[in-house]
Amino acid sequence: MAQKDNDFLIIEAGKAEKHYFKDLWRYRELFYFLSWRDILVRYKQTVIGIAWSVIRPIITMVVFTIVFGRIANLPSADAPYPILVFTALLPWLFFSSALSDSSNSLIGNANMISKIYFPRMILPASTVIVALIDFFISFILLGIIMLWYGFVPSWKIVFVPLFLILAMIVSLGAGFFLSALNVKYRDFKYIVPFIIQFGLYVSPVGFSSDIIPQKWRFIYSINPMVGVIDGFRWSIIGKGVEFYIPGFLISIFLAISLFIIGIIYFRKTEKTFADRI
Amino acid sequence: MKTAIGIENLGKKYIISHQGQAHQYVALRDVISDSFKKLVKPKKSMKLQREDFWALRNLSLQIDVGEKLGVIGRNGAGKTTLLKILSRITSPSEGKIKLNGRVSSLLEVGTGFHPELTGRENIYLNGAILGLSRKEIKKKFTQIVEFAEIEKFLDTPVKRYSSGMYVRLAFAVAAHLEPEILLVDEVLAVGDIQFQKKCLDKMSDISREGRTVLFVSHNLTAIEHFCSRCILLQSGNLILDGNVESVIEGYIKDVREGTKDLILADRIDRTGSGKIRAVDFKILDSNHNEVITMKSGEDYYFEIDYLNNSEDNFKNIVVSLDIFDDKNSGLLLFRTNFTNNNLEIKKRTGKIFCKVNNLPLAPGNYHFSIFISFADSEILDWIEDTGYFTVEGGDFFGTGSNGLPTHCKILHKAEWFTE
Repeated sequence: MAQKDNDFLIIEAGKAEKHYFKDLWRYRELFYFLSWRDILVRYKQTVIGIAWSVIRPIITMVVFTIVFGRIANLPSADAPYPILVFTALLPWLFFSSALSDSSNSLIGNANMISKIYFPRMILPASTVIVALIDFFISFILLGIIMLWYGFVPSWKIVFVPLFLILAMIVSLGAGFFLSALNVKYRDFKYIVPFIIQFGLYVSPVGFSSDIIPQKWRFIYSINPMVGVIDGFRWSIIGKGVEFYIPGFLISIFLAISLFIIGIIYFRKTEKTFADRI
Repeated sequence: MKTAIGIENLGKKYIISHQGQAHQYVALRDVISDSFKKLVKPKKSMKLQREDFWALRNLSLQIDVGEKLGVIGRNGAGKTTLLKILSRITSPSEGKIKLNGRVSSLLEVGTGFHPELTGRENIYLNGAILGLSRKEIKKKFTQIVEFAEIEKFLDTPVKRYSSGMYVRLAFAVAAHLEPEILLVDEVLAVGDIQFQKKCLDKMSDISREGRTVLFVSHNLTAIEHFCSRCILLQSGNLILDGNVESVIEGYIKDVREGTKDLILADRIDRTGSGKIRAVDFKILDSNHNEVITMKSGEDYYFEIDYLNNSEDNFKNIVVSLDIFDDKNSGLLLFRTNFTNNNLEIKKRTGKIFCKVNNLPLAPGNYHFSIFISFADSEILDWIEDTGYFTVEGGDFFGTGSNGLPTHCKILHKAEWFTE
């Protein structure tokens, strides 16, 4: 942020700024501060803040275990059903809270946008950090659950960060796209919860993707979260989870495309944010 | 002299759609239903009537390093748009700007403050938002706290601050930015007089250090006090550029001409939800005859005709009349909730009266604003520079003296004696 170069700054109509990404780097401290603010605010009401990030995954896990494990009696690889569910809940809850927070981030900070210049991308991006904190809390929970069941995770758990990065790419890509749409169409905020709910049904959170018939599996993987969730299960549970490579590749490909399209759309509409918001 | 800001042919265009007047933003639902309607009835043109509106056009300006430029003009003249383009919040539609040095704007102090966070936390956050690095904030932290006079409350969440403390803290952070170019928009309208003076002094300091300042304000006294050069904008065009006195004179003329022929009901330079609109305004003497000029010391009625656009009666309506002199200094404020007189507004139309006894204004030219809100929660209608009136003659003191209008506009009797 400390602008040491004394260059002229030239603002010209209709020209995309060349130094946008340089600016993004220059404003990195703002990024830290905004994430820090969101985290601080979230956990200031300490009891509710932390409790929420514990209660939500636990309750979901219990419900899914009962519905899919007990009632529907679906197979659970080589792990207890709650662990199967929880390994999927980790990336899923991360994705859903990152997506809903980032898609509201521009509207929620409208007064900053109309009053101050900064690369707007910082706003949706910083909300992902808050979701990351929740993710780590859930990860500790997973450890406790595994201890409880006496379950030893696979050595492949070292690959978890890679799949987490993939989950971040998916949520950022979708977050950029949806937050920009949210500025343009103000009723879009009603659609986001629907997308998230729908996503939960079409993602293998409550069940293993092995139950999907082989011939549909490639198509199923068009949902990039399928690749992420399968990756989490593969690296944490290990045994009994086969890794469906073509599906994973399509997930990666689509995740990166979504990310790029999200950035392009965001950059294209970014200049009008202050006029519309 | 080195140039700090070079502006060439700057223009900013907004597109107004006439159909969508009811809502300020686009809803996806409307887009879908409109395109569906188009599909069903392709012949009937559902095309939105669009019109270009130039908030700013053909503006060319050179500002030297260290210059203190005042920017004045009526509402909607393009002042804020200019600052917003210079601070890169919005991008121009035409033209080119060359900025030499770091730009900071005080478009509104306290941007990004979070009520749950403490004063200390907000200083860091706000500093970062305004473009300071962590190191710089740390270095200036004590100065900021001292300037804001909030030492005792540093670790209290700002939601528990009084509004005065809040504003002081916010301005303190902004005042320590030390940019090469500072853009200021109306921040001085806040805080108590002592603090306002402190702010002005701080701004003088900033400009004495050779920094360039652009100062947008309705407060002509502050502009006169602070600026070395002044420009006047009118409907997006630069119409005067020169020394402060002559431009202010031009502004006063501009304002007077602009509102002379306009009927209140037709004015669009107003804010508020519009559920209630002031549509006409009259000044009546004590016999209910309309007058154009008033006399000091007499009794008058201010009459506001309103139109209630909603289907409801309203209770607890706050109406205020804000009277300014020709330098835009606020002189009198009549407001219903000062006297627990909040009004009840009936359906459709009606009249609001404000009776002022013993008019305490010296001869001169004045203007006023009308502000109508629902309790403290919703602004219904707010028209700045609603109209003008002149005070001539009269005998406030009962002695034939009309005070000393060039020196003081407010009249009040006092008793004198010796012991």
